[in-house]
Amino acid sequence: MGYVAVKGGTKAIEASMERLTYERLKEQEIIEVETIMATMKSLIDQVMSESSLYSPFLAALAIKQAEGSMEEAVFLLRAHRSTLPRLYTSETVEPETMFVERRISASFKDIPGGQLLGATKDYTHRLLDFNLLEEDKTQITTWLKNFENNLEQTEGKVTYFPKVVDYLREEGLFETYPLNDTAPIDITKESLSFPASRSARLQVLTRGQTGAVTALGYASLRGYGQVHPTVGEVRVGRLPIHTAHPVEGSGNPEDDFYIGEIRVTEIESFVPITKKNGRNEEKLEFEIGYGICYGQNETKAIAMSILDQCLDHPEGDFPTHDEEFVLLHIDSVEATGFISHLKLPHYVTFQSKLDSVRQIKRGVSDDES
Amino acid sequence: MKAKTHFAFFDEGSKKEIRRALLKAVAIPGYQVPFASREMPIARGWGTGGLQITLSLIGKQDVLKVIDQGADESVNAVSIKKLISKTTGVRLVERTEDATLIQSRHRIPEVPLTKNQILVLQVPMPEPLRGVEASEYQTKILHSEEDYSGAWLQLFEQVMKYGKTATGADHPVYVNGRYIMAPSPIPRFDNPKLHQSDALILFGAGREKKIYAVPPYADVSSLAFDDYPFQVESFAGENCHLCGAENVFLDELEDPVTNETIYQCNDTSYCLERLNENEEAEVRKTYA
Amino acid sequence: MHEAPLLRVRDLTKQFGEACSSCDGGENLEKNYCPTCGTVYACQNISFDLYPGEILGIVGESGSGKSSMMQCLYFDSEVTSGAVYLDHIPALAGKNVFALSSQQKRAIRNQQYGMVYQNPIRGLKMDFSSVGNIAEKLIAAGNRHVGDMEAVSKSLLEHVHIPLFRMKEEPRNFSGGMQQRVQIAKALSNNPPILFLDEVTTGLDLSVQANVLDLIKGIQRDLGISMIVVSHDLAVIRMLADRTIVMLNGSIIEDGLTDQILEDPQHAYTQQLVYSLL
Repeated sequence: MGYVAVKGGTKAIEASMERLTYERLKEQEIIEVETIMATMKSLIDQVMSESSLYSPFLAALAIKQAEGSMEEAVFLLRAHRSTLPRLYTSETVEPETMFVERRISASFKDIPGGQLLGATKDYTHRLLDFNLLEEDKTQITTWLKNFENNLEQTEGKVTYFPKVVDYLREEGLFETYPLNDTAPIDITKESLSFPASRSARLQVLTRGQTGAVTALGYASLRGYGQVHPTVGEVRVGRLPIHTAHPVEGSGNPEDDFYIGEIRVTEIESFVPITKKNGRNEEKLEFEIGYGICYGQNETKAIAMSILDQCLDHPEGDFPTHDEEFVLLHIDSVEATGFISHLKLPHYVTFQSKLDSVRQIKRGVSDDES
Repeated sequence: MKAKTHFAFFDEGSKKEIRRALLKAVAIPGYQVPFASREMPIARGWGTGGLQITLSLIGKQDVLKVIDQGADESVNAVSIKKLISKTTGVRLVERTEDATLIQSRHRIPEVPLTKNQILVLQVPMPEPLRGVEASEYQTKILHSEEDYSGAWLQLFEQVMKYGKTATGADHPVYVNGRYIMAPSPIPRFDNPKLHQSDALILFGAGREKKIYAVPPYADVSSLAFDDYPFQVESFAGENCHLCGAENVFLDELEDPVTNETIYQCNDTSYCLERLNENEEAEVRKTYA
Repeated sequence: MHEAPLLRVRDLTKQFGEACSSCDGGENLEKNYCPTCGTVYACQNISFDLYPGEILGIVGESGSGKSSMMQCLYFDSEVTSGAVYLDHIPALAGKNVFALSSQQKRAIRNQQYGMVYQNPIRGLKMDFSSVGNIAEKLIAAGNRHVGDMEAVSKSLLEHVHIPLFRMKEEPRNFSGGMQQRVQIAKALSNNPPILFLDEVTTGLDLSVQANVLDLIKGIQRDLGISMIVVSHDLAVIRMLADRTIVMLNGSIIEDGLTDQILEDPQHAYTQQLVYSLL
């Protein structure tokens, strides 16, 4: 009869998992994935955005499994995302073709196409609504019927909303750039290197943790940065996605396949910049900070547009203008993972440090005696 | 909606990509090769770098051992083993000699490794110069120009302040006379095992997206000044209270009864092995 | 001078900006500046030699290009064109040092050059010990012996009058004059044949200035190091330099023995400088 390893770890993990399931189930309530999809849209938008996977259904499932923890839900979707085959790359999406649900400009009152407030929480008074405790299906149905009856019919008229920036570009206030058709790098397939390309930068920002992106954008705005933009255009709406024929490729956009739509928030921020022209005269011009993310995520998208503009000017002497500082620290999975790893045992490393400190102390007392 | 999991979790394309990075790492000992670190079902910072290397190398014939800070039964080691065994079905062992592939966090086993084994070490901070230079762009230049005064200066300052170098685990090493490398937070006690190792030693940092290697029989020396030689942790005069082993890395414990400090092998499987050997010898003696 | 020069500078040119059709090659400038495109011609075709053991002074007003030139020589900034030769190093004889790899340039910095900046922040690590700062240069030059490095550092710190009981302190805690002296000690630590001094006394009190100048003079006398001293202050140049170059708007307008320039300045600008000194 020899010694046998104690399976302490295995047993402890099994017990912990059971306890976890128990904690989830003990109230004997079940939330359906469909309920989450229908009632927790903001949460779903945020999870999809941070995990860079557009699927309201999977996001809802992740939220259910994560019991509402943002970092867990994002983690689940990211891990799932990395197992998915990438079959096609879509054709370039032109946000100008967006089916707009909401579109405002903080720069101009009268923008071509007009302001469209759409659905926004901006003007709700944040008072807890205790009526929601007694909400029932009949109430909802009546409300909906009333609402729909009062809608004005536009009889199939689709309004085209031109970009606010185009209007200013015509005036020469923005520089015009030739279209850049270089394929973007995929930061999930290629490790980020510095200086980062703009496509890499925008990817990191759009999948950044909402709180982290907002905090850094805010810091820049408050004085730890040199960018104070005016929001030129906020648009929220749906964008159609097309792919070209996998074999024949893209010749004619008419032949592309429509594979679905995504709902996004897009921000164009206008930032005044002094530039020198060819004759060495200082000239005031505008530059654009760009923000875009899945779902309706306006704060994050605006913060993103600030950071995009900050990183365009690395000469700024603030951490918000340092691409390594910004891009390497806003990812939810990386930040939460590394911080939580501190819970792992560090017995060996601590013992090693302890030895080092003791030897130094011994050395000092030897010197003194 | 349910997808079938592939052997060893990754698709073959991903494995090939990681193996390519590994080949480059072996070809340039001590150089940090950037790779497209995948998002794994375990958390960043919990061994995803090591795990990705293991999964990209493992075959059905492999025999796997996973340890965390010396222990086979540490919860995170168990968790990693569960994931690998679920997606591969390979045999799991604890005896170091029996394994072909060993994934470890912060220890190199006491039993000397052989040329038939690969050791995969998990790395939290792969950049040995990060303490002197925060920017990745700059540290890349420092490595390429072999400008290591910063790393040496840190040690020099320790000697000035404390009378000796004061590094704990993760004491930087020179690999093959060219690159300075973070050996991962193994204790200084394990640093000499990297030198002229029979086994291939691979390092994976998942969150930082770097892979590097010490190929077999490569020269590895710990950074030290001529007049302040490198020193490992000292357990002089102490031995394991269970198996009696000396000259191994020991954990420091408090005896619950006597409240005295006692020591125990940090490498749990090594200790167990010795206990069994001691018992056998005991039995043989009794019957002889 | 019969000796071969230690350092030969040929046609060193440094411009900031893209240049345009109007100013290409340095035409139609206002001072050193192109009014059309804003390009600054900081240094235009600077050539000179530095001989073993001499102190070469470079004097000029701010914006004359003297500091830009020094930064190019020490590889702190890229030259636009031109060459530098270090013929006394056999492996580099006849080779333009500006064209070497950054690794080779660093080796030259570590083994051939010492640099003392106007602002000690550029030359020192303010939160490392003073002795560590000096050791850094020694480490870079290949030393791996703490005892040796400590001994060298101590003797250098003594030489520049830093009390040894403060050697483990960070220069951050020191006065401007002390910081400058630590910087000089650091620059000297690897026995460089060539030392660059960029406006080293600017911003110091007069008495401290005199101290630092004495120190530099003493070092040159004791160690025979060749130095290039850049200053806007002709008084500093008069005290230190054997030979002097006068720069204006990015070009050399006059050069010769310092005494000769002081007694018989040729160029109108130099005359103005000299008279203002009297």
